[in-house]
Amino acid sequence: MSLPAILTDFTLADARDAVHAKKVSSKELTAAFIKAVAAARPLNAFVTETPERALEMAVASDVRIAHGEARPLEGLPLAIKDLFCTKGVKTTAGSNILSNFIPPYESTVSQNLWDAGAVMLGKTNMDEFAMGSSNETSHFGPVFNPWRARNSNANLVPGGSSGGSAAAVSGNLCLAATGTDTGGSIRQPAAVTGIVGLKPTYGRCSRWGIVAFASSLDQAGPMTRTVRDAAILLKHMASVDPKDSTSVDMPVPDYEAGLEAGVKGLRVGIPREYLIDGAPPEIEALWSKGADWLKALGAEIVDVSLPHTKYALPTYYIVAPAEASSNLARYDGVRFGRRAASVGDVVELYEKSRAEGFGKEVQRRILIGTYVLSSGYYDAYYARAQKLRTLIARDFNEAFKKCDVLLTPATPGPAFGVGEKTADPVSMYLNDVFTVTVNLAGLPGISVPAGLTASGLPLGLQFIGKAFDEATVLRAARAVELASGFDAKPTQWWRAA
Amino acid sequence: MSVDKDTVRRIAKLSRIALDEARVGPMVDELNGIFAWVQQLNEVNVEGVPPLTSVVAQRLKMRDDKITEGGNANALMANAPEGEDHFFVVPKVVE
Repeated sequence: MSLPAILTDFTLADARDAVHAKKVSSKELTAAFIKAVAAARPLNAFVTETPERALEMAVASDVRIAHGEARPLEGLPLAIKDLFCTKGVKTTAGSNILSNFIPPYESTVSQNLWDAGAVMLGKTNMDEFAMGSSNETSHFGPVFNPWRARNSNANLVPGGSSGGSAAAVSGNLCLAATGTDTGGSIRQPAAVTGIVGLKPTYGRCSRWGIVAFASSLDQAGPMTRTVRDAAILLKHMASVDPKDSTSVDMPVPDYEAGLEAGVKGLRVGIPREYLIDGAPPEIEALWSKGADWLKALGAEIVDVSLPHTKYALPTYYIVAPAEASSNLARYDGVRFGRRAASVGDVVELYEKSRAEGFGKEVQRRILIGTYVLSSGYYDAYYARAQKLRTLIARDFNEAFKKCDVLLTPATPGPAFGVGEKTADPVSMYLNDVFTVTVNLAGLPGISVPAGLTASGLPLGLQFIGKAFDEATVLRAARAVELASGFDAKPTQWWRAA
Repeated sequence: MSVDKDTVRRIAKLSRIALDEARVGPMVDELNGIFAWVQQLNEVNVEGVPPLTSVVAQRLKMRDDKITEGGNANALMANAPEGEDHFFVVPKVVE
């Protein structure tokens, strides 16, 4: 392996090997990323930069390496979505109500990463409480996509809600980042920024210490520049955690081991319901191309049906707001978070603190959730949605009798313009049409970059796997990564800005 | 089904969110737009379908009933907007 001319061009895997082989020190590597982060402030990818802490961690890593005590991710600089609580470092969830919250504890996922030797560069911007598909609902302003359409200076969104993490990975501001995915919040931003994003099976990564949005759907996962990097990072994010009662008792396998096994004989299902009206022809063309690549590599392409697909998004927009209205009840201006000034009684304290602290989209979703759970409406909305969820999960069970993995588009289109979809909530929600089914059924899904549009913007393909079969999902994604030869990078226009 | 201004005021009250009177009208429209779209779920026959309450094929774990952490009141008070001697302070509730 040769060192890249610019250290920030490293993949996580190559940086790991170089640091372990003492070809580059963690301090040099970390300093290069700290500089890249500072130079990329026009992207607004970070809410909080932690350069001093990063350098301290890097120096400590170099000492361990010198003593032959390197851990698997020793000295590797990562970015952490601002939804993961980090001890002593402000954690905002993209919200005004948590704008000065400093957790006295560390999330299990981030603790796992520090225990594996990783270095923290900072906390990344995101849609408020992970509610959004464009990173435009953040209290700290929108994130801009490192990618721009050919011959255009217009700023595009990086997707959401893990928009800051996606931009940071795509723009080479970190080796890799953590994200969370409730309806597509890892995979959709990954697809529109040309990176890999993996949502693991529900229960694979601990949710402890991650600010809760919709507890039955939320799952943390890696956002990386390559499929191998996703395999590496997932291994060290995942764990069996006694602090999360939904953490599943299954050992974490070595996802890297089977990565290159190929897809010969693999049965790849193509769900016909993912062909939707109004999607640009480029999406469908890329999807067929993906199937052709896999076929050429010896996979068997199988037509399958997921008949309740079209009901997944409306089901999600009942279930997720219902859970959110309950989870977000804790923000009352009393124990932590922002409190409204000069209030009369305690009820007014709650009402004003929440009105001032929550943005428009969050308020809207809390109201929806309260409504669908309220007396007289529960059966018509929430109970019905929970039954639809059963039907959607059953569709997948049936499909997986005929195939090992499903191939679908990742998003209905490439990155769109800032402000383009903010006026109509339903048009924004439709961005997650291909990703949300996976959350409702608790399955693993990956988005892998597979091509560019005519205007030069990245598009992704998605693989969906059986529960706890991340290994197959990764192996299939690796095959597409090789076949597509995708190696496009955004021009670093922000350096001139 | 659709919501009107009174319903929006009522659910805002239940949600403990102060909604400016000027926002009530627009919120009615936004919520009705979403509920109209959600309405398509009524096409599906869900007779006899059980609700999905967990995607994890595992019985909910129980932990031992013992104290694992504690003695960290100072840390827990550090983020309180107003506190006194390990008590959270709110406007007077009882006369």
